Amino acid sequence: MADPKPALESLPLKAHAASLNFHYGTFQALKKIDMPIYDKRVTALIGPSGCGKSTFLRCFNRMHDLYPGNRYEGEIRLHPDNVNLLDRAVDPIEVRMRLSMVFQKPNPFPKTIFENIAYGLRVRGLNKRAVLEEKVEEALRGAALWNEVKDRLHEQAFNLSGGQQQRLCIARALATEPEILLFDEPTSALDPIATASIEELIAELKQKVTILIVTHNMQQAARVSDFTAYMYLGELIEFGWTDDIFIKPKNPQTEAYITGRFG
Amino acid sequence: MPHSEHLSKQYDSDLEDIRSRVLQMGGLVESQILAAIECFGTGNYDLMAQVTDTDRRVNSYEVEIDDACTHVIAKRQPAASDLRLIMAVSKIVTDLERTGDEAEKIARMAKNIYDRGRLQIPRSADVRHAGQLAVAMLRRVLDAMARLDAGEAERIIAEDVAIDDEFRGIVRQLVTFVMEDPRTISTVLDIVWIAKAIERIGDHAKNIAEQVIYIVHGTDVRHTAREDHGEPDGAPQ
Repeated sequence: MADPKPALESLPLKAHAASLNFHYGTFQALKKIDMPIYDKRVTALIGPSGCGKSTFLRCFNRMHDLYPGNRYEGEIRLHPDNVNLLDRAVDPIEVRMRLSMVFQKPNPFPKTIFENIAYGLRVRGLNKRAVLEEKVEEALRGAALWNEVKDRLHEQAFNLSGGQQQRLCIARALATEPEILLFDEPTSALDPIATASIEELIAELKQKVTILIVTHNMQQAARVSDFTAYMYLGELIEFGWTDDIFIKPKNPQTEAYITGRFG
Repeated sequence: MPHSEHLSKQYDSDLEDIRSRVLQMGGLVESQILAAIECFGTGNYDLMAQVTDTDRRVNSYEVEIDDACTHVIAKRQPAASDLRLIMAVSKIVTDLERTGDEAEKIARMAKNIYDRGRLQIPRSADVRHAGQLAVAMLRRVLDAMARLDAGEAERIIAEDVAIDDEFRGIVRQLVTFVMEDPRTISTVLDIVWIAKAIERIGDHAKNIAEQVIYIVHGTDVRHTAREDHGEPDGAPQ
């Protein structure tokens, strides 16, 4: 029997979205999203293409700022300091220091394995060789990659397999000790074995960091997440414990999507 | 619970096939109990053989349906109401198969009684009445499953007490009977076994009703008080 789930009110929050609207020019991609992100838990965002799940994820590290015409309304508060990530006064670079993102396709820098991870640390002003080596090892261990690459740290990152490159990207994201890890379909370009190792890693990482993951693979959401949010046409349709969403969703729209009746 | 179709028509047809095979199996078990009760009432030896023969078909239904459930799990990774249906079906077929075994037991005990050449059977009408109640319960629970009617399943669970009461009443009367005439003890024991088999059939029907509630509401009402069986807040309609 599954362990009884703690009451939601008793869980600490890492972040929450409040009345979040997002516009790509004249197109409104997110509509009044209110959603809690619980601390050191995995929250999966699911929904059909175009439902706004990636848009929502990208709001967290202000990636939309990179393009003109994009507009946020509402808030994403980061806890415990309650800073509004979307506040114009908040520097997006500062935001990205607190949240790291891993993308669909592995995108290592055209550098060595070591330098891929050391890069973010150097940007933060860490230059001491001994400290860098220690941090690089820690990050690679955290991403379950250390044993595979410890003897080839100075080889080009592109020599690694796809799954290893993705874990390198996770190590790179971990090196700067983010508070939230954002995963945008992190395994859609990987084979099942590499996918399993990333999923295993997510289960370990949540001991230390809060994770928000967008996935097209519903079974993956069921396997890795504690909470699931189902989105459709820019709205949050249902949010709840993953067990509840996959066994007895409350909303008929969620039910239709989860069971593959959506069309 | 949505009745719309899956994107995959094959998935729809796999689930529909499982659902209809459970109902066929249930129909077969129902006819098996009716035949067993008739054996008890009339001593028709041909019907007794038929009950045993039907049991073989019921057993193969169980194996086939379980196999179909395993295939759906492996191929489709069912979720939500589909998952609940598959999980419930794999338990329902076990209950149906055991119900079939009870019917066979009734026929076997009836044969024992008639082999002894005993023409007067104490409490025969009461036992047959309890048997009719059990068959009606099974029929109604299969209907409730076909219609996804959790309310009817609730009523069936409540009514199981009636069969339990019948069983206790029959045993009490048979005890008196055997005290008056100890030579009847073998026959009376066979009748107690038959009454017990009928009482078990009621229990299996109740188990199936609990699974119907699970399919519809997602609440597991096994081993709970009746007042806890209600629909959870905002559960799917």
